[in-house]
Amino acid sequence: FSQQFLSNNVKGKPCEDHCILQHSNRICVITLAESHPLLQNGKTIKSINYQISANCSRLQNKVSGKFKRGAQFLTELAPLCRISCSDGEEYTVSSCVRGRLMEVNENILDKPSILQEKPSTEGYIAVVLPKFEESKSITEGLLTQKEYEEIVVKRVNNRPETS
Amino acid sequence: MFPLAEKDKSIARLLFSTGTCPRCIFRFCGVDFHAPYRLPYKDLLRELENFLKTEDDDLSLEAAKPPLKKIRLQDEETQIDDQSQNGGEMIAIVKDENVIPEKPYLNACNICLGILQEFCEKKFIKKVCQKVESSGYEFTNLVFSVSFPPQLSVREHAAWLLVKQEMGKQGLSLGRDDIVQLKEAYKWISHPLFSEELGVPVDGKSLFEVSVIFAHPETDEDCHFLSTSCPDCFKPAKNKQSVFTRMAVVKALDKIKDDDFRKKFPCPPNLPKAFCSAVEIQCAHGAVFVAGRYNKYSRNLPQTPWIIDGERKLESSVEELISSQLLTVFKAESFNFSSSGREDVDVRTLGNGRPFAVELVNPRRVQFTSQDIKELQQKINISSDKIQVRDLQLVTREAIGHMKEGEEEKTKTYSALVWTDKAIQKKDIEFLDDLKDLQINQKTPLRVLHRRPLAIRVRIIHTMETHYIDEHHFRLHLKTQAGTYIKEFVHGDFGRTKPNIGSLMNGTADILELDVESVDVDWPPALDN
Repeated sequence: FSQQFLSNNVKGKPCEDHCILQHSNRICVITLAESHPLLQNGKTIKSINYQISANCSRLQNKVSGKFKRGAQFLTELAPLCRISCSDGEEYTVSSCVRGRLMEVNENILDKPSILQEKPSTEGYIAVVLPKFEESKSITEGLLTQKEYEEIVVKRVNNRPETS
Repeated sequence: MFPLAEKDKSIARLLFSTGTCPRCIFRFCGVDFHAPYRLPYKDLLRELENFLKTEDDDLSLEAAKPPLKKIRLQDEETQIDDQSQNGGEMIAIVKDENVIPEKPYLNACNICLGILQEFCEKKFIKKVCQKVESSGYEFTNLVFSVSFPPQLSVREHAAWLLVKQEMGKQGLSLGRDDIVQLKEAYKWISHPLFSEELGVPVDGKSLFEVSVIFAHPETDEDCHFLSTSCPDCFKPAKNKQSVFTRMAVVKALDKIKDDDFRKKFPCPPNLPKAFCSAVEIQCAHGAVFVAGRYNKYSRNLPQTPWIIDGERKLESSVEELISSQLLTVFKAESFNFSSSGREDVDVRTLGNGRPFAVELVNPRRVQFTSQDIKELQQKINISSDKIQVRDLQLVTREAIGHMKEGEEEKTKTYSALVWTDKAIQKKDIEFLDDLKDLQINQKTPLRVLHRRPLAIRVRIIHTMETHYIDEHHFRLHLKTQAGTYIKEFVHGDFGRTKPNIGSLMNGTADILELDVESVDVDWPPALDN
């Protein structure tokens, strides 16, 4: 695609890492990073909900024209969706980048397993278009692949021994 | 034969006394055939004076003579100042009350400000033609466009009201249409002079335009009173310098009541201090169009120059390689390149090539034989191995429509080199050959989403033909509807193009190479080259 950036412990939640793929034309695809709990063995997704508040559903995002008028504007911490698992856990996926929401992936609503099978392609969460002026700056606060790998390694080393 | 009759005498006398020139007098008397206007000014002036003279009229003729500038012999300094003001025009030297004109154009006409005086006569036309000839344009006919300052319409209107009133006294009416338009009379006189001087006919449909703009800054404010009487006619437009355009002024004159007009503007119009001047004499040639088909053999060549932040990212472009040669040969100002669709930087165009057209703006050279064009085609083909052109020919603007039609309606065929993640055998791809008119839904590809609206495109893949290469590669030939994104059909674009080759094969596929095999548009006509 182009460049990969990562955000770890999004919203302070341990290991809830996201991966942002940015094209050379500045468009960002928000996906889950491999280390995210949802992508670990044994997790079954029960439902995915794009209704993030009483007034706001990401499914109602309507974008028109070349300049994408009417799009919902997202900040880094804006929630994209809430995912519930069969074990009762709930996870929120966040935008990680500022910009206009283009679309959320409706394919995973019908078949949530795609999210786990192909998290970096067909299982993407959302597409965001940052402002032209901010195209580079939005990724400055994110991790490179190398930095991310170092953090993941540290986590594994710090993990208490399981009996 | 002098075109005025006894019935015209009172109007002619009235207008002459206010400072109107002979040709404008003809116009207001409804003289609507060309010949009288084309006679030389001084002859017209003489004949008019004779016409207006009556037997015992010497005294009244004095009174009726136009109020020329009367300079006393003792006022020599003022005489010199006035002379420079008039650009060297001679001034009447007054002896007693008699006025003897030194040169014909003594005063600028109070209606046409000189347009139908010196500016339609041979000397001026010759000056314009000199400029035309030195501009270096090639032309076989011309269209002459002339622009007058808007206040001329105001003066015309004032003169009309005056004449209308005078005719009313005789129980006659005078409609606007009974008067010959200034522009019309001007063209009657100037067109034959242009043809004679340049040796080509004047033709309204000509692509070569000679334009003259007249101005008279001294009276520019004459129109301003109209904005108070008819404010809604004068809306400030961003592009225009002045709100008082000819159109707006004409519109306001249509609306304003005769009484209101007469309160704000003198009827008859007063004498101007100076003649108007030709502030711009320009020539331009309408665009000519060259069409053809191009092949692209490079996987590193953009269609249009690729420049980011002022820096060129890739050397040259399809349009520059084709158009720069044309620009030089046609001696044009600029070009506009368009084609029946286009391909990415890394895609080749094979087969008969893709139709294109180049608009050459304001060309100085326009006469080319088909041999000339053939040589031009060879020149382009020798200049680069990245592109080649064929069927190069001159076409009309209307013909371009065929090309754009092709973009939306006609089919294209492609050849793609496909990679698969799963190991495949020949039999695994055979089913693709049997899929006919496969409908696919493509969301706007992410790679163009920054500049295209988000939408879903329904497209048809008409036929496919596969050629097995090895466990992870095969060649895919396909014939698709216009506007299909081939790369996305192969790799799926995050599942946003459905179905795609990957999904059809229950795996993941990617595209390594793409070629356009044909663009199925039968325009421009093939030449045997």
